Amino acid sequence: MIFKLNIWRQQGPEAKGFFEAHEVDASEDSSFLEMLDALNENLILAGKDPVAFDFDCREGICGSCNLVINGTPHGKHKATTTCQQYMRDYVDDKELWIEPWRATAFPVIKDLIVDRSSFDRIIQSGGYIPIRTGSACEANTLPIEKEVADRAFDAATCIGCGACVAVCPNASATLFVAAKVAHLSTLPQGQMDKDRPARLLKAMEDEGFGSCSNYRECERVCPKEIKVTTITKMNRFLYRSG
Amino acid sequence: MSEFELDSHAPKGPLQDRWKQHKFNSRVVSPANRKKYTVIVVGTGLAGASAAASLGEMGYKVKTFCFQDSPRRAHSIAAQGGINAAKNYQNDGDSVWRLFYDTIKGGDFRARESNVFRLAELSTSIIDQAVAQGVPFAREYSGYLANRSFGGAQVSRTFYARGQTGQQLLLGAYQAMSRQIAAGSVTHRSRCEMQDLIMDGDRAIGIVTRDLVTGELESHLADCVVLCTGGYSNAFYLSTNAKGCNASAIWRAHKKGALFANPCFTQIHPTCIPQQGELQSKLTLMSESLRNDGRVWAPKNKADADKRPEDIAEADRDYFLERIYPSFGNLVPRDIASRAVKQICDEGRGVGAEIDGRKLGVYLDFADAIRNQGLEAVREKYGNLFEMYQRITAEDPYQTPMRIYPAVHYTMGGLWVDYNLMTSIDGLFAGGEANFSDHGANRLGASALMQGLADGYFILPTTVSDYLARRKPIKTEQYQSQANAAIEEAQSRINRLMNAPDASVTADDFHRQLGQILWHACGMARERDTLLSAIDKIRALRDEFWHKVKITGEAEQLNQTLERAGRVADFFELAELMCLDALDREESCGCHAREEHLTEDGEARRNDMDYSYVAAWQYSGDISKPALFREYLHFDFVRPSIRNYQ
Repeated sequence: MIFKLNIWRQQGPEAKGFFEAHEVDASEDSSFLEMLDALNENLILAGKDPVAFDFDCREGICGSCNLVINGTPHGKHKATTTCQQYMRDYVDDKELWIEPWRATAFPVIKDLIVDRSSFDRIIQSGGYIPIRTGSACEANTLPIEKEVADRAFDAATCIGCGACVAVCPNASATLFVAAKVAHLSTLPQGQMDKDRPARLLKAMEDEGFGSCSNYRECERVCPKEIKVTTITKMNRFLYRSG
Repeated sequence: MSEFELDSHAPKGPLQDRWKQHKFNSRVVSPANRKKYTVIVVGTGLAGASAAASLGEMGYKVKTFCFQDSPRRAHSIAAQGGINAAKNYQNDGDSVWRLFYDTIKGGDFRARESNVFRLAELSTSIIDQAVAQGVPFAREYSGYLANRSFGGAQVSRTFYARGQTGQQLLLGAYQAMSRQIAAGSVTHRSRCEMQDLIMDGDRAIGIVTRDLVTGELESHLADCVVLCTGGYSNAFYLSTNAKGCNASAIWRAHKKGALFANPCFTQIHPTCIPQQGELQSKLTLMSESLRNDGRVWAPKNKADADKRPEDIAEADRDYFLERIYPSFGNLVPRDIASRAVKQICDEGRGVGAEIDGRKLGVYLDFADAIRNQGLEAVREKYGNLFEMYQRITAEDPYQTPMRIYPAVHYTMGGLWVDYNLMTSIDGLFAGGEANFSDHGANRLGASALMQGLADGYFILPTTVSDYLARRKPIKTEQYQSQANAAIEEAQSRINRLMNAPDASVTADDFHRQLGQILWHACGMARERDTLLSAIDKIRALRDEFWHKVKITGEAEQLNQTLERAGRVADFFELAELMCLDALDREESCGCHAREEHLTEDGEARRNDMDYSYVAAWQYSGDISKPALFREYLHFDFVRPSIRNYQ
């Protein structure tokens, strides 16, 4: 199948970007990124610079891949990362517009690759339970209600891809922050650190992310279906800590 | 190096006391002096991140590097099924001794007793550590931790977090490491790939890296270097590994003198989604835990292979694992299951899409599980795996059986290390999948996470401290000439890659060709003549690679094509060593099935008289003529038996 592509090209963070048109022949059973692989092999053979994009596990768990496809982060298939989009879902699309995440806190490095190290710095500001190696008590001395553990798990499945930021009109990372707070602060082991939500939110603002004004777009595009109720939960922790 | 002596430094005495005694005998560095020592950790998956976090909180100056854009994306994240620990929470007779025995037996008696026992012993502390960090393991309604069973074991000792255990454990280690970064004890660099080791004589004193954004080469000097850079399954091109996984760090270390152990021990995982097309970029694994409830079958008659599974009558289905291995059934270890699937497909009873004229797939059927336990119970256990399958194949496994076929998944081989996890290079350590230490010729399910974290949280902090305590901190200014020489070497290699005389073929194209050769000669079945001809083909293709590899763009900026070409160049050399090792080992054991050494039933025929050793290969200056050192294995506590899962 022939797909018409308009791909964002940008030499570096300061360079001016533009859309470049391409056509590529790809089977409908190939994944979205395999379609781009095929394009890149053609570009290399033609002596051109291939399109730079992030990817790694290609099974939807590492959080590396991050393309805005026809205006939607991670593309049209719901609850799915870019690498798990298949061309069979795009056979009716005449043209595909492929762009990077766009946010002040995610500067473009090259083409479709952005710098998401701001997420790492948010975690460094308090997204952990401070326990020294070797000092833990026997695991079953601390029973945790199954329902509580399940809720913590649901929030913990965040893969840190940044789609929530890419789709948010405020470029806010509140869902990312809330997922970490809801994961750790729900569990009894994590409840000692009362300042976690405040510290994470401050780090988020310092990095240049906007704040949440309840558009709820993040929930719509999250490939792991993290719910905005995690934000409610974080806010409750936040006010309790004050 | 020719008079090199291979000493495992494994302690003597009662097995259960060895690690305790060894820890006591190890020296420690006083807290005030620790900040004077720098430790480099390359790779920040489970082993690397946990080692960095632990060494950092002890007070050492730790520098970490990863090629991904964040340590949270290391491939450990993709481990689905679980992590073993001898907690015996299920009261089903488990113990450290039983986990030790299962692991040694699962590895077909090709691993060190001392190492494996230590692994089993540490397994319980890992669970404690992870729970304290907030890893949300599955729990029972009582609030206590839940377990499930896994291949190769008759007890239920696997801890899990739905199908995302690796993700949750990695995030635990990543967060612990992040805490140290904030504290200033760990300095981390993402998008930064190791190019070579810096040596002072026979000692490792640092690394050269390439900043993947700017292309800049830099040297980093340290008192010791720890490689936790994962395995080399991607030598096969198609594997379940992430696309970026590569062997470059361990391979460059090998070429600087580190012995490479058992390179042909590569695990084929039985339950992966079959290949669908020629340009497919990777294979996707379906957790082994699916075999707890799924039943593996193929049509009894070739004529039924084209039918839809629903149309094949119960009487015409061959539940071949249950038939051949009645006591373990669908839960036989990975190597056994993989070979059985291959045999069925070789007989022409495979199902699914045809690749190169053959149908490569069998069914994994959940109809009985859904009938007996209910749809919800099955969804609770495997929901995310079923979704993943449906996304990739556009088939609904709740309605129709999954199709599976084996794929390369994990490499038991790796850098040779002693009991301290130090390689044959002084000051160079290897942890996690990058070393060869604990799994012998076959790894049991849910043991990789256990080993990575045992190495990182508990073993390396002890043994690295012992190493440092015996030395004064290095003065980096004394080693500038070594550092500069290593940078120059890395630069000239990049220049050579960028300027192939007849640049006309992509690195991926070469990689696919290499993968084909390796899969057919050094995959699920190996045989002398095929291996010999594969070695010739690899040599010829390698020459062609250096002559024709085409890379566009600049080396002094982000260039993913150059990154890939550098990795493929190393796979080309490693692939030859894998074949040479497979050729040398004239026996079948674990994953290594030599056609010449199988019983009539197709079972592995081990040769303990001649091959009860670790094959450790030394680079001689000529890739095609490595020197073989043998570390003979001694079994004082278990008796190597024929692995019988019937």
